[in-house]
Amino acid sequence: MADETRVLCRDCCAIVLLEAAACADCGSDRIVAHPELETLAIAHIDCDAFYASVEKRDRPEIRNLPLIVGHPGGRGVVTTACYIARRFGVRSAMPMFKALDACPDAVVIAPDMAKYKRVSNDIRTIFEAATSVFEPVSLDEAYLDLTDDWRTEAPPAAEALSVIAARVEREVGITVSIGLAPNKFLAKLASELQKPRGFSVVGTAEAKAFLSGLPVSKINGVGAATAARMQANGTATIGDLQAMSEQQLVATYGKFGHRLFQFANGRDERAVTPDRPTKSISAENTFRRDTGAFDDLAAEAKGLCARVAAQLVRKEFAAGSIVLKLKTSDFKILTRHRRLAHPTQRASVIEEAALALVRREVGRQTYRLIGVGAADLTDATSADPPDLFDRP
Amino acid sequence: MRLVIERGELLRALGHVTSVVERRTTIPILSNVMLKTAGASVEFKATDLEREVIEQANAEVTQPGAVTVPAHMLHDIVRKLPDGAQVELKREPDKDRLTLTSGTSRFALQALSAEDFPDLSPGEMTHSFEIGASELKRLIDKTRFAISTEETRYYLNGIYLHTAGHALRAVATDGHRLAQVEFEMPAGADGMPGIIVPRKTVNELHRLLEDTGASVQVGVSKAKVRFEIGTVTLTSKLIDGSFPDYDRVIPKNNDKELHVSNAAFKSAVDRVSTIASERGRAVKLALDADKLTLSVNNPEGGSATEEIDVGYKAAAMEIGFNARYLLDIAGQLESDDVVFKLADSGSPTVVRDSADATALYVLMPMRV
Repeated sequence: MADETRVLCRDCCAIVLLEAAACADCGSDRIVAHPELETLAIAHIDCDAFYASVEKRDRPEIRNLPLIVGHPGGRGVVTTACYIARRFGVRSAMPMFKALDACPDAVVIAPDMAKYKRVSNDIRTIFEAATSVFEPVSLDEAYLDLTDDWRTEAPPAAEALSVIAARVEREVGITVSIGLAPNKFLAKLASELQKPRGFSVVGTAEAKAFLSGLPVSKINGVGAATAARMQANGTATIGDLQAMSEQQLVATYGKFGHRLFQFANGRDERAVTPDRPTKSISAENTFRRDTGAFDDLAAEAKGLCARVAAQLVRKEFAAGSIVLKLKTSDFKILTRHRRLAHPTQRASVIEEAALALVRREVGRQTYRLIGVGAADLTDATSADPPDLFDRP
Repeated sequence: MRLVIERGELLRALGHVTSVVERRTTIPILSNVMLKTAGASVEFKATDLEREVIEQANAEVTQPGAVTVPAHMLHDIVRKLPDGAQVELKREPDKDRLTLTSGTSRFALQALSAEDFPDLSPGEMTHSFEIGASELKRLIDKTRFAISTEETRYYLNGIYLHTAGHALRAVATDGHRLAQVEFEMPAGADGMPGIIVPRKTVNELHRLLEDTGASVQVGVSKAKVRFEIGTVTLTSKLIDGSFPDYDRVIPKNNDKELHVSNAAFKSAVDRVSTIASERGRAVKLALDADKLTLSVNNPEGGSATEEIDVGYKAAAMEIGFNARYLLDIAGQLESDDVVFKLADSGSPTVVRDSADATALYVLMPMRV
């Protein structure tokens, strides 16, 4: 008797019947089965080892060698490592010297951002054919909303996604991993489940159980610092968060508690928003030697503030708030925000805010990188209203 | 501790003290209100360490004592009890709970020891004076909108209350507008130190003044201020900083005078600013012989213009102001005749109510 289970066949790019654990039409075992397969419509697509895959596509002779994309030597870091290099323990953001210790035979190629941008645009053209509502997060990831409302042709979302994956492989020459879920948060986690060339589904029914075993750091907005604070409170997994009420979470983590509650329980109301306008402008630098001294941090910050101010003027924006980013010697990233009384384009105002933030982080540890960003951007005309007390 | 109190009396007292309690705080006891019996009444006290509010209410005390419980929760419970209900509050000596019973409702609230409740210790007030509640309210209304929220100039985050000649004067500014109002010096205020009353205290005080028509007893020292309003006492720390020499930014020689009906001006500004998409967009004022043209231009939204008849005899000029700042000031003027004293499009402008010499506003123009 034929199995009535409907599954996605990744080779047919269609919903098919399952027969003997394979596609009833073509016999392929690249199948995706899930009870909610035909109703879910939010996806996250992530290119597999994007920069490295593009380089290997263009240089078939290094196809089977470990490859690291990153600025060689000195204090450079790994931008992307191919899957072969990853087997040696090489990871993104790892300092180059460490990466080469782990994998001395790796080929190192400096990133060619212009090329990656072109490839990324090619991929976006393929997304566009499937839906008008997609939100690029970076050159190599995007969220797609495949709800019927947005699409003229509407095969089930799962089919449309398998078509995208097949077209990217065939036409662009790299592979992607796909996560399909009821919302962005779960879709992103799903896309990480099986890589490379993966297709994973997380449905509404199993969302809570799926999340419960994951570390809290999987939640958007829970960085190293928050995760450490949660750990201190005895909260290590998302399951620990699920055991808490919304009130408890808000009492402990403030406004962020609402979001924690939603995410921990698999809910995420954020819409897929296409064409995100510029949301922030920033500049950062790695120190030649790690430092924790205010004078060093301040000197570097001043230069960055001037760069950010110049960018604001050039792009005709004003900053409503300032963000300080610090990377500690043990590679933890801290970000600190400060809202400005009025939008600004002035380096001196940005500097005042940035240095106030720096001052609070001095004396605890040493840092290897400092960044200054302008956020809450508004129209340049609202920048720096004249002040009664600042006049000659 | 055991007592019975009428719901309305309890609600009134909690209403006065609870708003000072922060919704979010890292120190648990700061979420609580302290209840302490004193003869045939209960004292309620709440604090955020910068300020504290104390209120009394009549109650039938059968067993004296003191306790602290979550303030907002207690307030919410009492609000939901039926009008006229009798409320019994009881704490067993060895339990960490306060039980609240009213009719068929029964609540047990987590309590913390009253001994650990922080005390602001008001200290000695060097000056004290009496001021009418409505006058004090007027003083706040006419200035608080100009208080700065900028952290770097923390000394602008409050109302500067000080003596000036024979007057008691209040000034607030955020660098873009300035509001000044004064009163005849009350007896006892002479020689008091100039104090900067923090914004949150100003807002707390304003709220408390809404319920009273009586006069307010004000106590001032270098570090604290105390307001006694009926049975409520609000004590607050002051902003420790020096208020800038504001008088030098008030223009004295602006010679272009514009007279306009406040009602007409206010509604015209309100109408044209509809087109502005973000806070802080400028309204352009174009002045010509007895004519004022207001306009807003928003590249993404469109544009708006409106013309009003005014009294203006000086040379034609254009100047831009933040629409919200204009509306804030217009909202505080009592008569219908507003006088603008202008110099040029880049200099501060003085705004006054022609019928009120005690209040004055300064506005910094925007680029248009």
